[in-house]
Amino acid sequence: MIARNIRAYYAAGPGPEVKAVDGVSLSVDQGQVLGIAGESGCGKSTFAAVVSLTARPPLYIKGGEITLDGQTVHLDKQIAVPEWWHGEMVALLPQRAMNSLNPTAHVRDTVADVVRAHDPTVSRDAAIEQARVRLEQLSLPASVLDTYPHQLSGGMRQRVVAVISTLLNPKVLIADEPTSALDVSSQKELVLLLQLLLEHEFITRIIFITHDLPLLSNIADRIAIMYAGKLAEVGTTSQIVDQPEHPYTQALIGSVLDPEPHVRGHQLEGIAGSPPDLRYPPSGCRFHPRCPYAMDICSEKDPPQLGSEDRFAACWWVSQQSAAQSVEGIQR
Amino acid sequence: MSREVTQAPLLETQHLTRWFGHGDSEVHAVNEISFTMQPGEILSVVGESGSGKSTLARLLLRLLEPTSGRVLFRGQEATKLHRGRDLKAYWRDVQGVFQDPFAAFNQSYTIRRVLYKALNLLDKQISRQERLERTEAALTEVGLDPKESLDKWPHQLSGGQMQRVMIARALVLEPKLLIADEPTSMLDASLRVTVLNLLLDLRKRHSMSILFITHDLGQAYYVSDRILVMYHGGVVEQGAVEDVLSSPQHEYTQHLLNDVPRLHGWGTVLARPVEA
Repeated sequence: MIARNIRAYYAAGPGPEVKAVDGVSLSVDQGQVLGIAGESGCGKSTFAAVVSLTARPPLYIKGGEITLDGQTVHLDKQIAVPEWWHGEMVALLPQRAMNSLNPTAHVRDTVADVVRAHDPTVSRDAAIEQARVRLEQLSLPASVLDTYPHQLSGGMRQRVVAVISTLLNPKVLIADEPTSALDVSSQKELVLLLQLLLEHEFITRIIFITHDLPLLSNIADRIAIMYAGKLAEVGTTSQIVDQPEHPYTQALIGSVLDPEPHVRGHQLEGIAGSPPDLRYPPSGCRFHPRCPYAMDICSEKDPPQLGSEDRFAACWWVSQQSAAQSVEGIQR
Repeated sequence: MSREVTQAPLLETQHLTRWFGHGDSEVHAVNEISFTMQPGEILSVVGESGSGKSTLARLLLRLLEPTSGRVLFRGQEATKLHRGRDLKAYWRDVQGVFQDPFAAFNQSYTIRRVLYKALNLLDKQISRQERLERTEAALTEVGLDPKESLDKWPHQLSGGQMQRVMIARALVLEPKLLIADEPTSMLDASLRVTVLNLLLDLRKRHSMSILFITHDLGQAYYVSDRILVMYHGGVVEQGAVEDVLSSPQHEYTQHLLNDVPRLHGWGTVLARPVEA
């Protein structure tokens, strides 16, 4: 799956639009998990809405295209995507998915509705049977089908929704902060379930969106760091976690609180300031007002994307560092 | 942090218990909890959702009546306070900061009005000048510019800024004890650190005690002196942070510690995906 040059803006009253996602290109390989990380307001959920084809006004897609299994759709003001793409090609697991179950219906009724909405020829019982088999394959109790949502814990509800939304074997599952309302133990259960879904090839790719880097480093193969609607850095998980190049990535890594001895008695800095108002994004590099290494050029020109499409940092400071290094190398 | 054992505790709970419902649906949300807090100490209460952490906070803040047991604040029995005047006096010393900064404020009040109303808890009238000085000092202390923020409305501030206002609202009263119920769980990781640093600063400057409730062991490890682990309404383990986290005794604590995702791998249970 490749998403190219996605741009999506929110219409915000008479003022300028909120440029929530501004030219983001990302790809996910078969069998892989792509993580997208960044602070609130960096555009990661907007990106999720666009690629999961659930963008609704006031969010307007300004451009971009998505290629999935050889089929390309151009995104314009309207999403011209065949109806069957929803649920069968892409599925969304939203932040509070547990609240998306109908509280007055048995879980099995929700299952039947979902399956039959896509294929009315399937009988209710066949749909429920399909879910029962799927739950057993994932070692979840099939008895959840006969319960009402309030009888299940929050973590279990979230897992049930994950199973329901992947019943039709979508190619891509977009998980938008699926664990932010869960405690650590349910969080791990959900992540294990997602990995199991990949292993069984019920889904072939996951885009996992979160602001929790430690969580992401445990599930993602590759990580993209977003800031203010643009990509700051892209790389494999170990490249991002062990050799972060962009100052923003370094700051994010620096605010991680692992329960490890080295964290204690050691003042962490966090990141001063807050993300910009995307109606009026800063000129040049959008991170420059908060960046400890900001130079004059940072506020004047868009930063260069250094490296390949699969591994780059968009930063003037990084480009200067690597230029200095290569000069050193030549001199030696 | 080392402290004299002889020091009188600031806060003490004895067999504090709160049940909800009755009959078959009876829930023992907080069950026989006893602990003490010294002046200037930061104590973390950790546990999963539904373990009774927030019920404990509400009991300590006297927002909820206990089923049985006692809360002693500076030796005085706080659970016996019922008259408005006595409770007001208690709240001058014990203040709360809550989880959701967007739900905690009246959306039609400016920040100035929110902070002025907090000062109504004082037992004496203060002059306009003093009122302004105290609110400005509190806002400055939490890192907000009073001139910029006093006349703003809640919706004009970000989550991190609102959480600072919530801490400032407690600070105008100069409390001895701050009950912070998951103050950072709605914030981004980068903002989390700044709020935690603020709490550490407040302890340093005012020797304020802080009861910090969280489900995140990393945060508990970063800020606190002692830690108390709750499970199903009861305390399963308490002690100095280093001891509890380096050699957890109770099975549940070990389990909890194992489930925390680390930047470099998930401990022993989940191997990091192998990279090509």
